[in-house]
Amino acid sequence: MEEGKVFSQSVQQSAAAYAIIHEKFGTAVSAFDANETMPFFEVLDTGLWPEIALFMRDHAKLKFNYMACMTGMDYLAEEKLGIVCNLESLSLFNHKLAVKVKCARDGGSIPSVACVWHTANWHEREAYDMFGMLFAGHPDFRRILCPDDWEGFPLRKDYKVQESYHGIKVPY
Amino acid sequence: MQELDTAGLGSIRVTRKNDHTVVIEKDLATEQMVLAMGPQHPSTHGVLKLECLTDGEVITQAEPFLGYLHRCFEKCCENVDYPAIVPYTDRLDYLSGMNSEFAYALAVEKLLDIEIPRRVEFIRVIVAELNRIASHLVAIGTYGIDLGAFTPFLFCFRDREIILGLLEWASGARMLYNYIWIGGLAYDVPSDFLKRVSEFITYFRPKTVELCNLLTKNEIFVKRTIGIGIMPADVAINYGWSGPMLRGSGVKWDLRRNDPYSVYPELDFNVPVPDGKLSVVGDCLSRHLVRALEMEESLKIIEQCIDKMPSAEGFNPRSAIPKRIRPKAGEVYARAENPRGELGFYIQSDGKSTKPLRCKGRSSCFVNLSAMKDLSKGQLIPDLVAIIGSIDIVLGEVDR
Amino acid sequence: MSSPALSQFSIPFLMGNNLNAWSEALAGFNLLGLPLGLVILAAIPLVFIALYSLTYGVYGERKISAFMQDRLGPMEVGKWGILQTIADILKLLQKEDIVPASADKFLFVIGPGVLFVGSFLAYAVLPFSSAFIGASLNVGLFYAIGIVALEVVGILAAGWGSNNKWSLYGAVRSVAQIVSYEIPAAIALLCGAMMAGTLDMQKITILQSGSLGFAHFFLFQSPIAWLPFLIYFIASLAEVNRAPFDIPEAESELVAGYFTEYSGMKFAVIFLAEYGSMFMVSAIISIVFLGGWNSPLPNIGSLALNDMTSGPVWGACWIIMKGFFFIFVQMWLRWTLPRLRVDQLMYLCWKVLTPFAFVSFVLTAIWEVYVP
Repeated sequence: MEEGKVFSQSVQQSAAAYAIIHEKFGTAVSAFDANETMPFFEVLDTGLWPEIALFMRDHAKLKFNYMACMTGMDYLAEEKLGIVCNLESLSLFNHKLAVKVKCARDGGSIPSVACVWHTANWHEREAYDMFGMLFAGHPDFRRILCPDDWEGFPLRKDYKVQESYHGIKVPY
Repeated sequence: MQELDTAGLGSIRVTRKNDHTVVIEKDLATEQMVLAMGPQHPSTHGVLKLECLTDGEVITQAEPFLGYLHRCFEKCCENVDYPAIVPYTDRLDYLSGMNSEFAYALAVEKLLDIEIPRRVEFIRVIVAELNRIASHLVAIGTYGIDLGAFTPFLFCFRDREIILGLLEWASGARMLYNYIWIGGLAYDVPSDFLKRVSEFITYFRPKTVELCNLLTKNEIFVKRTIGIGIMPADVAINYGWSGPMLRGSGVKWDLRRNDPYSVYPELDFNVPVPDGKLSVVGDCLSRHLVRALEMEESLKIIEQCIDKMPSAEGFNPRSAIPKRIRPKAGEVYARAENPRGELGFYIQSDGKSTKPLRCKGRSSCFVNLSAMKDLSKGQLIPDLVAIIGSIDIVLGEVDR
Repeated sequence: MSSPALSQFSIPFLMGNNLNAWSEALAGFNLLGLPLGLVILAAIPLVFIALYSLTYGVYGERKISAFMQDRLGPMEVGKWGILQTIADILKLLQKEDIVPASADKFLFVIGPGVLFVGSFLAYAVLPFSSAFIGASLNVGLFYAIGIVALEVVGILAAGWGSNNKWSLYGAVRSVAQIVSYEIPAAIALLCGAMMAGTLDMQKITILQSGSLGFAHFFLFQSPIAWLPFLIYFIASLAEVNRAPFDIPEAESELVAGYFTEYSGMKFAVIFLAEYGSMFMVSAIISIVFLGGWNSPLPNIGSLALNDMTSGPVWGACWIIMKGFFFIFVQMWLRWTLPRLRVDQLMYLCWKVLTPFAFVSFVLTAIWEVYVP
């Protein structure tokens, strides 16, 4: 956190929560990005993500029991795909924290946290559907919104829509 | 207990009562049937498909299939300017367009860090709450239809029509309003609008009692919904439920109270949660009751807003709208309490473009529906209909 | 106008005024050795069903439901939408008669027919007036209860023959429901039969006539009669698949139940059968508990209201009015109540209605034996 800058209470709460995670996992997590709109940190060691998730959910002072949102991301410049999870301790501490996890753009894989938060189940399927990163250990891994035989992943920045789908002309 | 399944013979249960007696029970051989419920089915509220594995009337597994209404809203957003996304948000949850616009406007305003005129805030809250009532009326009415009561549905639509008329008067459209803009409103409300809204409130209060008599106090309705589809609070949170669904499970959580936005902190209203007297906490009836009670709270909010509303003198609803919306680089996740739960928008801006780099809509129905598989296990087909109805999905928002 | 003059109203028919006079005269009418009279006799209920379901059944239900729901109902075709039903019929006639490719054609086609015949056959024993009854059987009530069970075969044929999972569900539900509800219904009707001491519908009706009008009706003759009356009414709702027991067709669960796959005239026949049995059960409840074609108006002193409103034509009016009243109640319930669940329906039948039917049976027996 930058010195000399006064942050709102919610960001300070997030920073306190981050401190506990940082203490446990050290260099596996990045530095805390304190900003007013969405304070977050990044999981640098992708393999540790389920462990961090479980720690965040179950630690007595964290209790991030609620996953508000999980967003798939395409970091074209970094040649990476990723997810952004907005976590929250609903009705217990009311602190919020966002977590970013990234993986390689081609054939990259992120461990699934569907067993930690049920919310992640469908959101991970959606992220796969739209971006194509794999979620290792997901209980029911397949596309969710697009048809199973759809080609490509629509929300990738370099997505080119297929010419025809079962004889139907797609771009019109 | 040991269970052997011999194909074609039915299952044979071997129970060991004590060391000496062994009880062997043979069941009738039954075959499971795959039943595709939807995408064209009267009670899936749109184009949801549930693939049910049924044993007689009992559902052993129900798997939802989505995507029949998928427009890739998020891809559309990446290709248009920030203000042009507002009409798209209307089409997410088309039953509560105002609330969706509100959530989106909140997200961009948070990213832009701009101050909104107070009158704009109050008007926003009024139209959003009116829309919430309209949306709950549809939810309650169609829930009646799901359980076979047709008349409450038409009563609901009769009253909803008045709300839609009011909103049309303000915005020019019945359902897809494009009224709440980033930083302001499209127009100020018409001069007599607030008077008509108060007239509506006086008209609508007795009607909620009538609805209550037809549904909530109806013995058959209660019998059909009580104890069906129970969701414990902790599981509900883990599933990411929000809105009336979460409150139905007994968690007093309302974003208007717990993560306040706009002028909600100044307003006095209750967050209704079931107390377990009329219903089992977490069942279909609780969720229905929460919606029914919330309409009353929304009326209270609107009344207070009308009282506190700053005068229209010298008011320009577009005064705070930036000439060119180009937020600084950064990310935001902002949410609002929609009739169906938490509608959140994650927006990433690169600081250079007038289009968002990424805009994700966190749909409440999508998340609420994800518990369907767990909720439906071992229920009867009529109960499945009751459960889908109580989740109150809008496929426009589920599929985006 | 004196009362005998009114009851002589039937003279133009030249068939006399005595019991079953019209129907017997018709039955004896032969043309060139062909029993034309019998055909006419059979056609009268058919025409009645068609006319009533056209007017009251379809148009009436639409208007009644509309007024209950703050709507106007059909308003476009003709004044107040009166011709709407005609337009519907024309539409149904023009519709393509589809038999699904994978359906069992024989069962699919025969289903609606059997269904309609089942409800139509019961009309044979309904006394429409003192002078008219299709067949005055001495086991009329028993026959009426029994013949309705034929509908089950039609429903099962329609549901199985459609080769549609929803139809199958609807058919199986319907069969389970109708077969179960026949038990409380039959026992409740037996209470009425016990009070009359006969199963002949015409005799049951005659036993309820008298100068005091409604006071002679079985419903008011014994302090327990209201119980079998209610039980039969509830059970009859289930037998004709009306709300709140419309689970066989439960549109929000089973799309349309056993007639999901039907279109055009076959659909119309199913509809006709439904309206036919609606009137049939309403007529049976009126006959057994509410005096059938007897006038409910009492003679008050010199004002002989009962005599004035009795006679074959008046009788026909009364029974149709009573039947229509019960159909109105059926519609009223349909547009008010939600639907029960399958297991709740069975619970109601076996654990509530059947025991109470037995109780009322025993109580009626005691009343009939010990109270003069």
